[in-house]
Amino acid sequence: MKLNRRLFIGTGAAATATLAAPTVFAAGHGKPRVVVVGGGAGGATAARYIAKDSKGEIDVMLIEPSRMYYTCFFSNLYIGGVKEIDDLGHSYGTLAASGVNVVHDWAVGVDRDAKTVALAGGGSVPYDKLILSPGIDFVDGAVEGWDLSAQNAMPHAYKGGSQTELLKAKIAAMPEGGIFAMVAPPNPFRCPPGPYERVSMVAHYLKANNPTAKIIVADPKDKFSKMALFQEGWGAHYNGMIDWIGSDFGGGNVSVDPNAMTVTIDGEVTKVDACNVIPAMKAGRIAELAGVTDGNWAPVNAVDMSTKADADVYVLGDASEQGDMPKSGFSANSQAKVCANAVRGALTGSKVFPAKFSNTCWSLLDTDDGVKVGATYEATDEKIAKVDGFISATGESAELRKATYEESEGWYAGITADMFG
Amino acid sequence: MKGRLFRSLPAALVAFLAASAVWAEEIGDAEAGAQVFKKCTGCHQVGKDAVDKVGPHLNGIFGRAAAAHADYRYSDSMVRAGNDGMIWTAETLDAYLENPRALVSKTRMSFRGLKDPADRANILAYLRSFSDNPSDFPEAEPTALATDHDIDPAILALEGDPEYGEYLASECLTCHRSDGTSDGIPSITLWPTGDFVVAMHAYKRKLRPHPVMQMMAGRLNDEEIAALAAYFKDLE
Repeated sequence: MKLNRRLFIGTGAAATATLAAPTVFAAGHGKPRVVVVGGGAGGATAARYIAKDSKGEIDVMLIEPSRMYYTCFFSNLYIGGVKEIDDLGHSYGTLAASGVNVVHDWAVGVDRDAKTVALAGGGSVPYDKLILSPGIDFVDGAVEGWDLSAQNAMPHAYKGGSQTELLKAKIAAMPEGGIFAMVAPPNPFRCPPGPYERVSMVAHYLKANNPTAKIIVADPKDKFSKMALFQEGWGAHYNGMIDWIGSDFGGGNVSVDPNAMTVTIDGEVTKVDACNVIPAMKAGRIAELAGVTDGNWAPVNAVDMSTKADADVYVLGDASEQGDMPKSGFSANSQAKVCANAVRGALTGSKVFPAKFSNTCWSLLDTDDGVKVGATYEATDEKIAKVDGFISATGESAELRKATYEESEGWYAGITADMFG
Repeated sequence: MKGRLFRSLPAALVAFLAASAVWAEEIGDAEAGAQVFKKCTGCHQVGKDAVDKVGPHLNGIFGRAAAAHADYRYSDSMVRAGNDGMIWTAETLDAYLENPRALVSKTRMSFRGLKDPADRANILAYLRSFSDNPSDFPEAEPTALATDHDIDPAILALEGDPEYGEYLASECLTCHRSDGTSDGIPSITLWPTGDFVVAMHAYKRKLRPHPVMQMMAGRLNDEEIAALAAYFKDLE
């Protein structure tokens, strides 16, 4: 085992202990092993940071079925015609080149006693520390009439890639003056402003290509993220096109018929031409299979993202139940760095610094009209707790909104570079 | 955080309180300011028939947004500050005159700054007389205090821990690029540590306008800012 100078300066006693007895940390085998399941904003970041910062002292394996990662963030901009699908795709090649062992397979089970992860392709891989970052799956029966078999007729488009392309194709195929319907999800869900940015981007597309078309949103909530900003933007850019039906008007009393292409809101049946069903969400299934969930999500300790159920299993991002942070790619990326620092410290004795978290979510209302909301967070004994926050104001200047949009493009380039190297 | 800062800066606190009491009554001496302004006339004109030279003319600067003078080509940094909502007030002008790069990192105004608060107050009084309604400024602004913006030399002298800086920097690198690319979000690599530290403290004190940066800098203590500066100065 190679000890570098920084490790020595940083850790003193802990580093000495590592030299004397490295097997204490690696449980009887050679190098300590970290297995990361899920290569999104949480998992890719954690894998990259652990590999990068441990400088070869830790074996890092990333299990991710997709060859290319299509970001869910900015996918609405593709739907609006602002971005191309290729702008959203990222190869895992750079991670592999930077020392992460990228395995394209499905993790289908976790044996926490044996500390192994079973793969769909056969066999299993051992771990000392397991990081699950599986994103979301949908709650069965959340929207009456919809299940996964209906996702071709009524796409959720809430996981990046083919579903996003499908939804865009359906919007493009709408007849003149047709109706686009969205069934919005209940809290908590991935990307709180996401459905409403999507409404904005669908309206942006329709205004240019099908200006007499209408948008109906059935929402089980009575308020949503950046609501005043979205509603101001909808009035300014798409006046009369969008009908948002909140819970007060029966927006939560919804069923769909994917064969007849109808949506029934509070008893009123509407024939629609494209329908986006975003059902209630839960942690990606591997978290449940690992037995670290309680209800729909996996409760974690704020200080290092380890699960309440198992100190050697960590859950990042959307799948975790951590407290005040919204489920977002930014949050997952932020949590991954805290987790990576803690995992590396536990396995190699490197210095562990205090947890700090932050999040910012940008949304695009129309061309060059960007808004944002963000906050900083800290770890308390109970949860990740909000420290401070801000939100764009209504009535901001066009210059500021344009600068905010350009900033979001800078952020996209930044976070994807941070995830994949 | 404030308590911390003040505990470490008793002298500055005293100066701050004393200066603000004085400021409330008198803004500065415009005639004396005209003399000090001679340091600026190589680049700036003000008054009747003033035109843009190396720098923009300064008629009506009070109350205007940064980089808002249509005919002048500003630095990207200044344009960004304007877009972020920075307004030239007695407070921001005072901070800018004291150390231009504390407020606008890559400003083209290559000027070392006026360290004497009285000189700055006098220049502000002089410039203010070229506003359309001078009496609106700065009495109308609750923020118009002669604050002591200058950073304690002890803070600038702090040796940052680059290892801690590397960990803290991971939070910056969600948006800022480690390769120094600056599309949409400015580059923060390879900065002289002094520039980095004064910029972060300007966000912390909300002199710089950007809400994300005010928030991020707001919870960093002096050692953490020094650690980040130490890490980013060598990042390539």
